[in-house]
Amino acid sequence: MIKISTAQLWVDDQDEALEFWTQKIGMEVRSDVTLPELGDFRWLTVGPAGQPDTAIVLMAIPGPPVMDGETAEQVRNLMAKGFAGTIFLTTDDVQSSYEELKGRGVEFSEEPEERPYGIDSGFRDPAGNSVRLTQPREDLA
Amino acid sequence: MAYAPTTRHLLRAKDLADARYFESLDVNDMARAAGLSRAHFSREFRRAFGDPPHAYLLTRRLERAAALLRNTDRSVTDVCLSVGLRSLASFTTSFTRAYGVSPTAYRASFPPASHRARIPWCVQRAYGRPRYSTFR
Repeated sequence: MIKISTAQLWVDDQDEALEFWTQKIGMEVRSDVTLPELGDFRWLTVGPAGQPDTAIVLMAIPGPPVMDGETAEQVRNLMAKGFAGTIFLTTDDVQSSYEELKGRGVEFSEEPEERPYGIDSGFRDPAGNSVRLTQPREDLA
Repeated sequence: MAYAPTTRHLLRAKDLADARYFESLDVNDMARAAGLSRAHFSREFRRAFGDPPHAYLLTRRLERAAALLRNTDRSVTDVCLSVGLRSLASFTTSFTRAYGVSPTAYRASFPPASHRARIPWCVQRAYGRPRYSTFR
């Protein structure tokens, strides 16, 4: 059986992203290691407390020789425009999650709205990545 | 107002400890989340969940600290602060009481976090490649 283990999100600043995903969104740190043998590459993953086998890796945009400067700039631009990737999250009570996260200063681009598939909202991480937060309609499960 | 049993209020306090353990949370905050007086709250919490609230909060922090010791290369001081505890000395004491070994010894009993991290081969290959150099 094939399962999803980790999805990648580019970030501007790993420390800022870590604080955002743990302290504001409420995820757990799954792994945080820096490897000198890989040019001080930092493998930093977070995940929801209730899903121990699923994580998001918060990946810093690398420099050469991993990624040339021009490509890195393009990725940075895509990210700032909100086109570098999206994470789709669900919650069982989107209104209370929305209020809780907003209270912690999370920048919502869309307030919770009824959609055919449930109540959907959207926010951005500090780098500009798009994150959806949805309360799925139970009868469609 | 809709009727909600006390246990539902107590669960709010337990959820708060689980979600915000890394902040400077204490039993007063938990009692407030449950909307009960502190003495009444402590008694009822223990009755519902088996442990008094301060013990629940501390063991939640210690469990998270143990995970950080196993899965990250952060210093013990950093781990202590990351789980909302301010005093390294009392962290070491309570950790040792709970796990039977000090935080440092606990960490040493597992393979290094960098081995447990299972960094994908594609990442190792990309980040391990040296820069091309013509200097000798």
